[in-house]
Amino acid sequence: MPIIKTSEDRALRLGTGAFAVFVVLLVAGIGVVLTQQSVLSIRKFGLAFWTRSTWNPVSGEFGALPFIWGTLYSSLIALLIAAPIALGIAIFINEISPLKLRQPLSYLTELLAAIPSIVYGLWGIFVLVPIVRKLELLAPEWLKKVPLFTGPPLGVGMLSAGVILAVMVVPLTSSVAREILRGVPMTQREAALALGATRWEAIRIALGYGRTGIIGAVMLGLGRALGETMAVTMVIGNNPQVSTSLFAPQYTMAAVIANEFTEAADELYLHALIEIGLVLFLITIVVNALSRILTRRVVRA
Amino acid sequence: MDEVKITVRDFDFYYGTNKVLHAISLDIPKNRVTALIGPSGCGKSTFLRSINRMNDIIPGIRVDGKILVDDVDVYGSGIDVVSLRRRVGMVFQKSNPFPKSIYENVAYGLRINGLRDKRKLDEAVSRSLDRAALLDEVKDRLNASALALSGGQQQRLCIARALAVDPDVLLMDEPASALDPIATQKIEELVFDLKKNYTIVIVTHNMQQAARVSDRTAFFMLGKLVEYDDTRTIFMNPSVKLTEDYITGRFG
Amino acid sequence: MRKFKSNLIVALCGASVLLALVPLAMILFYVISRGFSALNWAFFTQTPKPVGEAGGGMGNAIVGTLILIVIAGVIAIPVGVLSGVHLAEFKGTRFSSMVRFAADVLNGVPSIVIGIFAYAIIVLPLKRFSAIAGGFALAIIVIPVVARTTEELLRLVPGGLKEAALALGATRAKAMFSVILPAALPGILTGILVALARVAGETAPLLFTAFNNRFFSTNVTQPIGSLTVQVFTYALSPYDDWIRQAWAGALVLVTMILILSIIARVATRRLERMARG
Repeated sequence: MPIIKTSEDRALRLGTGAFAVFVVLLVAGIGVVLTQQSVLSIRKFGLAFWTRSTWNPVSGEFGALPFIWGTLYSSLIALLIAAPIALGIAIFINEISPLKLRQPLSYLTELLAAIPSIVYGLWGIFVLVPIVRKLELLAPEWLKKVPLFTGPPLGVGMLSAGVILAVMVVPLTSSVAREILRGVPMTQREAALALGATRWEAIRIALGYGRTGIIGAVMLGLGRALGETMAVTMVIGNNPQVSTSLFAPQYTMAAVIANEFTEAADELYLHALIEIGLVLFLITIVVNALSRILTRRVVRA
Repeated sequence: MDEVKITVRDFDFYYGTNKVLHAISLDIPKNRVTALIGPSGCGKSTFLRSINRMNDIIPGIRVDGKILVDDVDVYGSGIDVVSLRRRVGMVFQKSNPFPKSIYENVAYGLRINGLRDKRKLDEAVSRSLDRAALLDEVKDRLNASALALSGGQQQRLCIARALAVDPDVLLMDEPASALDPIATQKIEELVFDLKKNYTIVIVTHNMQQAARVSDRTAFFMLGKLVEYDDTRTIFMNPSVKLTEDYITGRFG
Repeated sequence: MRKFKSNLIVALCGASVLLALVPLAMILFYVISRGFSALNWAFFTQTPKPVGEAGGGMGNAIVGTLILIVIAGVIAIPVGVLSGVHLAEFKGTRFSSMVRFAADVLNGVPSIVIGIFAYAIIVLPLKRFSAIAGGFALAIIVIPVVARTTEELLRLVPGGLKEAALALGATRAKAMFSVILPAALPGILTGILVALARVAGETAPLLFTAFNNRFFSTNVTQPIGSLTVQVFTYALSPYDDWIRQAWAGALVLVTMILILSIIARVATRRLERMARG
């Protein structure tokens, strides 16, 4: 005899489910609405939109290559800087620091995450950019021949954007990495130590145990960096060009939307911007979904 | 023979495909204490929780056979689980007071049934606390948090809370297993007192406890009812060898 | 040698903590020192002066930010909390894992993209920027956070409480709303407060939803100013006085967020103590 569900249970399920469905509809809705609103650009340019680098609203020529390049490049720089630091912080707080320091240290790194993007941007223009410009001026002539460091020392540009993104990504990545390390059983480290391993060798065992999760933590940081808008907009120089130089002012997908959306007078222009938003949305969904899968598996184990 | 309150006939219980109770049949007398004993995992708690259908919240379960309370099949179609549980109260192994005041804990069952009248609530709260032998200890601090009470007091509060909705059956799932000997003794005295007004079914690990408080005892093993008789008979002169081995501590 | 390598790496880990604290210290230092000198009574009470004129303040933007948060809360709290209730109560179903996944995805969607969505479904049909559109965009950011926090906290409530309520004849819904949810409420409220504080610092989703407004406005169908957008506008301006005000705005913003976080912490502790008695 199966157990009968009462009608109140069904009411609870449907009543709260109606709100939960809203969450799913929002995600689907964003995809649908953004596609609808970028249809002019998609029809007119097709895939060429992503391979052309002319961005001329006046003549109606739209190619998004500089933006996708700038977004990927700046996020890559940010990750190269942030990943080792975030991992170092996670290791220090979880495995090395005296117990008394753990709480305040994790609180301080969380504080870094609470500071709004716009405040990072303000600090970026008036403090970080002048410092970066001084560093760029110090670069010797032979270094400026390397494609990474060509161009005039403006301060604003890819380097400043990468650094500011790195600062913003560190707290998220390190807190997820700490979560992963906390999930590694104590016995793993003890086994290594009992075999005569040094402190670092024991930590490496723990890192190896949680490696998929740590990759997930870094990817979560990547997802954040790809979509970050205000701080980058304020320091990257907003110049749609594809350049390998760290000194060159460039542009990102999020930044062009923030800067030009309210100026987009004709529909095609607006649709081109929304298409950039649509692709940004799709990229971040993939990156975030991957990182969730990687981190969840480890936390469960 | 006493008047029968609960009749169980060929009752089977499954977790998924796993059959954990096999054809249980017994009659539980009114206004008596019936103890369910047996080794861990023998199904005594599952059986207890079948009487007020607390197992319903576990997904994937299935039952066969009948459990009748006052001649009504609790698994019959059209049975309202909610009103069943009002008539068949339950006290759990781990005391579980709500994070509310003492007063609100006892009043909870009445409030969710729509009782708003402050005077009636007051009356019911103090009557229930009195029956649970807790009133004298808490009457000056009814608005204090229930979580501030000692373990034994919390358990008696849970009993008071169950009594407040005026059930006629009280199911107790090892109510004293987490308590010290003095608190345990208080609970046992309370159980003995309560049987004047309630039919009590108590699961216990502690055989002395079963011997002290109960009138009838059912011995369960591996999901089967091995023997069911007057407590005195079970402990002094069991008819099944298995029961005797268990009672005398030859396994367990 | 092995010992040396171990010590070196331990030292590097310590160094990375310091390295992360440098920007934190710098940001707080600059925001406080530059912001404080530009703060005065007029900053809180007056509206912006016309271009090039010194003086004025961000009173309208502060009120605007508060209005936007209230709109976001009104939309996001019921949706978020009830979704969380569903996730906690019906955790095993396929629908629940879909919702959980959607919430995590939504949490990772860049806020600027959410701004475009709000623009398309509210600004375009109404044919103007409005506080409602801005608040809606912020709500979308808050919903997944509230839903997941609610779910996690409900799961921390001991199962015995639910059993006790059901055994007294409560329905599942009654058990949830009269026992389980109240037991988790202090934590949930904190989560909501922190999420709203964070969202008060968002700029990108407001740029083309709430837009900006130089004047005091409480009309939710009109464009409205906000601290963040105002700071953005002033920071990129060529006027020293505006740049000083941008720092002051940043200081107010950071202070507001920190105070809300602290209130949230204190409130949880007090509520927990009350629950314990």
